[in-house]
Amino acid sequence: MNKELEIGGRKFGSRLFLGTGKFSSDELMAKAIEASGTEMVTVAMKRVDMEREDDSMLEHILRPGIQLLPNTSGVRDAKEAVFAARMAREAFGTDFIKLEIHPEPRHLLADGYETLIATEELAKLGFKVLPYIQADPVLCRRLEEAGAAAVMPLAAPIGSNRGLVTREMLEIIISQSKLPVVIDAGIGAPSHAAEAMEMGADAVLVNTAIAVAGDPVKMAEAFNMAVIAGREAYEAGLPAAITHAAAASSPLTSFLD
Amino acid sequence: MFSEELQKYDWNTVTAEIACKTKADVMRALSARYPDIEDFKALISPAAEPFLEEMAAMSRSKTMRRFGKTISMYIPMYLTNACTNSCVYCGFNRHNQFPRVVLKPEEIESECKAVKELAPFENLLIVTGEHPKLAGVDYLSEAIALCRKHFQNISMEIMPLDEASYARLAKEGLNGVVCFQETYHRENYKIYHPAGMKSNFEWRVNGFDRMGAAGLHKIGLGILIGLEDWRTDITMLAIHLQYLKSKYWRTRYSVNFPRLRPSKSGFQPNSIMDDRRLAQAIFALRIFDEDVDISLSTREKPHFRDNMLSLGVSSMSAGSKTDPGGYATYPQALEQFEVSDDRTPREVAEAIRAKDYEPVWKDWDRALD
Repeated sequence: MNKELEIGGRKFGSRLFLGTGKFSSDELMAKAIEASGTEMVTVAMKRVDMEREDDSMLEHILRPGIQLLPNTSGVRDAKEAVFAARMAREAFGTDFIKLEIHPEPRHLLADGYETLIATEELAKLGFKVLPYIQADPVLCRRLEEAGAAAVMPLAAPIGSNRGLVTREMLEIIISQSKLPVVIDAGIGAPSHAAEAMEMGADAVLVNTAIAVAGDPVKMAEAFNMAVIAGREAYEAGLPAAITHAAAASSPLTSFLD
Repeated sequence: MFSEELQKYDWNTVTAEIACKTKADVMRALSARYPDIEDFKALISPAAEPFLEEMAAMSRSKTMRRFGKTISMYIPMYLTNACTNSCVYCGFNRHNQFPRVVLKPEEIESECKAVKELAPFENLLIVTGEHPKLAGVDYLSEAIALCRKHFQNISMEIMPLDEASYARLAKEGLNGVVCFQETYHRENYKIYHPAGMKSNFEWRVNGFDRMGAAGLHKIGLGILIGLEDWRTDITMLAIHLQYLKSKYWRTRYSVNFPRLRPSKSGFQPNSIMDDRRLAQAIFALRIFDEDVDISLSTREKPHFRDNMLSLGVSSMSAGSKTDPGGYATYPQALEQFEVSDDRTPREVAEAIRAKDYEPVWKDWDRALD
């Protein structure tokens, strides 16, 4: 059994987090959530009718054992993000917030400056802040100091399904971080998720790759297995890769003989 | 301002450049990671016609990547058909003799309620003719306040305003503005729009800069197919979009290029675009721009809409009435144009679900305005 992950004082048995946009129906989304074994699901507050208790999307997400992670998608700066987070806390009754400040609609890349400001403020207000950010090791340190509950660097632009494009930076972040590192965005296949987990990531967040798969439920199961496999491999200790297979014909160290 | 940028693009030269595109240009465009305007010209050119299937597949996958299997739903609400313009193709032309209506606050209220009866719409597009006296900024401001009680997201398709007015309305909860340039052909524009404020090409084309500067969340661009060469006009639209996106990079954008429909004006389209060509244009635009919201209104037929919804389109209207008060107050008033898809919103939603897509009613929260 994988070691448990803890974020914001809550333990998570599954290291796979799910996004909820882009599914072809709420029913299918609910089935994918179930099949994935996830315990943390993010939902854009702009998609949910916060005034209605019977909002269909929310109804299909809320399950015992699932932590709702409202996100601030749609805000453009720290001020709007803090406002949205407070609204979300009131509406959903959770301190967890996925801080998303991506003011440019083209690649939905995070504004690190505004994200840092908002994280600081939200942490002071008692939120458990999970900021979505570039794979920026220095920013991760600053977010740690600002009181984030975890960091969520991207693997590749949202929806791109390109895998661990930012690998070098992710490795630095994982090696340095005192906070859980959740790889968010760009993971397009179970193999990418497994790779992230083998690398030592604490969790991954997946949306597009599951939501638009031919069979989202089956894909959710596949991701679940990949994340478990990747984590087990990491905990088991991967043998180092052999980088220089061929020995030189005249060994460099023969002079020592 | 865009009017200066537009000087760099001679209409006839652009038209010729599009016509000269080759199969090799199209193939290069289809393999470009970040297609540029030359790639767009290739994709919209006749040379791309044999590649329609490849374009559809690429358009679908790019749309799915960004929007998933969802269609954002919106509905227009006409507040007035009073208009000081005399656009030759439009039913609201000031020379057309018919009773003009400006909805009163209580009528707007009942229109909102009637729309909500149709389906759980949250995206409302308010539409007006251009009449600064009868439906000026104060009137629009009041309308926003009324409609925001019923809808999470308010956009407006209205006369171009100055920057301060856009900023004021944005502050009051206006999320987006849609404006149709109709055509980017500077000279011929005046033939179609001979009088009223709309005859001023510069004022209209620079309106988008004013929207951007005012900080609106979303800007909608559009041209009317049937006035000038559509390939050139849509290319100009793509150039405009690219210009705005680099200048006002926090803003989201939408595009719409409806084909001219019959109206009381009796104006007949100068150029005809068949369904194949309209599909090509939508694919080309989606391949060029992955995140722009491409909208397909009830001007198009059900068969076309249902089949396009998984191939590049990201939002749709449904149940639209194109006359002021059409939902509750004056069901018999004059339409701006005839709709081609008169299914109810619930029927359209069902058709979307039948394609294994989700109709999304709410994708914005007024708290974010």
